[in-house]
Amino acid sequence: MPEFHGVGVGTGAAVGTAVVLAPAARPPADEPPDTDAGPRIRAAFDAVAGSLRERADKAAGTTAEVLQATALMAADPGLLAVVDQKLSRGAGPATAVDQAVEQFCEVLAASGPYLAERVTDLRDVRDRVVARVLGLAEPGVPQLTGPSVVIARDLAPADTAALDLTLVAGIVTELGGPTSHTAIIAAQFGIPCLVRVAGALQVAAGVTVALDARAGTLTTDPGSEVVAAIEARRAARAALAASAGGPGRTADGTAVQLLANVGTVEDAGRAAAQDVEGVGLFRTEVLFLDRTSAPTLAEQTDAYETVLAAFGTRKVVVRTLDAGADKPLAFVESADEENPALGVRGLRTARRHPELLATQLQALAAAAERTGTDPWVMAPMVSTPAEAAEFATTARAAGLRHVGAMVEVPAAALRAGQLVAAGLDFVSIGTNDLTQYTMAADRLEGELADLLDPWQPAVLQLVALTGTVDVPVGVCGEAARDPLLALVLVGLGVRSLSMAPASVPAVRFALSRTDLATCEAMAQSALAADDPDQARDAAARLADQGVLAL
Amino acid sequence: MSDSVTRTAVVASRVGLHARPASLFVQAAAATGLPVTIAVGDGDSVGDPVDARSILMVMGLGAKHGDTVTLSAEGENAEAALAELAKLIETDHDA
Repeated sequence: MPEFHGVGVGTGAAVGTAVVLAPAARPPADEPPDTDAGPRIRAAFDAVAGSLRERADKAAGTTAEVLQATALMAADPGLLAVVDQKLSRGAGPATAVDQAVEQFCEVLAASGPYLAERVTDLRDVRDRVVARVLGLAEPGVPQLTGPSVVIARDLAPADTAALDLTLVAGIVTELGGPTSHTAIIAAQFGIPCLVRVAGALQVAAGVTVALDARAGTLTTDPGSEVVAAIEARRAARAALAASAGGPGRTADGTAVQLLANVGTVEDAGRAAAQDVEGVGLFRTEVLFLDRTSAPTLAEQTDAYETVLAAFGTRKVVVRTLDAGADKPLAFVESADEENPALGVRGLRTARRHPELLATQLQALAAAAERTGTDPWVMAPMVSTPAEAAEFATTARAAGLRHVGAMVEVPAAALRAGQLVAAGLDFVSIGTNDLTQYTMAADRLEGELADLLDPWQPAVLQLVALTGTVDVPVGVCGEAARDPLLALVLVGLGVRSLSMAPASVPAVRFALSRTDLATCEAMAQSALAADDPDQARDAAARLADQGVLAL
Repeated sequence: MSDSVTRTAVVASRVGLHARPASLFVQAAAATGLPVTIAVGDGDSVGDPVDARSILMVMGLGAKHGDTVTLSAEGENAEAALAELAKLIETDHDA
């Protein structure tokens, strides 16, 4: 039972067959020339184009269009002509493909930022063709046939999109961090996940593996007792989800709203069908990604209308556009920034493009009117009371009545009282960014996972400062879905928790077993700790046994 | 075999001849069954023509919104085929 160690995302556990995603093969350095390889290379391009067309037919919307365009690249007569030219000049077959593709990548890259993503697509075509030419398995995601634990160096958004998530029992990556793309997708779908697992790619494909996110371990060929324990935990979670329901309450009846984080209109539809009290974070920038021009007022109004209508009288908190150099949008020019996380992002984008924010607020107000609902709206990356005041004025002028701000910047947490006094009706703490800025550790830097732990007492102290304001305080972020940490947050004054819907039942259960005084005692002992592990242990000592078993 | 035909068109798509507009154009060019070429510019200032059936070459032209492009083809019904393709270029697919 060899064991690997990593950083758990959430507290789930799973058993499944290891599916190892092969890294892309490169052409051998000393590949011999083969002037007869033309037809073989052509067949490889044809096969790749064919499978891309097949995927395009099964996809919809933007994804289908991108796949269709990628299939055209794989069947491109211009590209094939250059491959032939390289072959006749003595390049080996895989080398010829590689060189021809790179030649076009340079041309595309030179034609401007719109084509940067096409360069990525073209390199994906190259990797597939090179693998076929070398007689190796195509890189990327294989067809899953049963419950699988997917092991990869890292997962690109395109890889996760290609996975049949209903068959993914768990995800393990060598790179990535607890707040990386992979981790967020895993949370969204309630998939147990481990990141930063050194050596995970050594696991042989096809063997049975057990992953335990709470313990941070990946075990190959687990013994029957390990499998039985994991199955019991999964069954307990499932039973919990089925048994308890309704609004969140502590054991002594303090209301704590349980809300969903959603990104797309489709996400919202799925979340609305779940037992949640509404949406605590609607990330609107997802509507803007993959767009070459800003969505129009009418398009945005329709999208917001669909989301608001899906939740009816339930609360929906809409976050305005959170774009910047780290989440670039084609139609918002972003200067090359040395430190994008510290640059023009979030509400700061409105300094350069006030019209984007104005249109968004106008669309939301129009959608509210059409649906007869009363959405809450908040701005990301607010740092000063002046910014809060300006946003509040703009939003109210547009006709929105519940205006708030995200607390992600330590400055906002330290002066949360002044922020609220500037005219806010609520605040919502984004723990992922608050942790990154408090600890000065890049969210995407997996190597610093220990600093990015939301149990860092310094982060909890900023939550405590924010928790003293006299308007509703919520948390949206990874921290809210850890049942034990959720209790600590409530003890610090938080009264709404927004998370991936799959995490709600465990948090609801933890609340139902703990009274407010215990939450407060847990919070005080966590604040008194010196490091995240001590904080976690201190809170755990006061917790109900049923909560610890989650 | 008829003589080579040329005609010009102005790119209407706001993002230029990229992404979806390029993809639609290339598919239509391939569907004509004729050896169609496209170049940026017209008259004396026309650039090097490239194969209109190659999405990579077409995107690589970097033709922007408002640019004039020159289409050429020869063969049966070349004139009608180019008229169709020109119409495609003069439509804003993102509108």
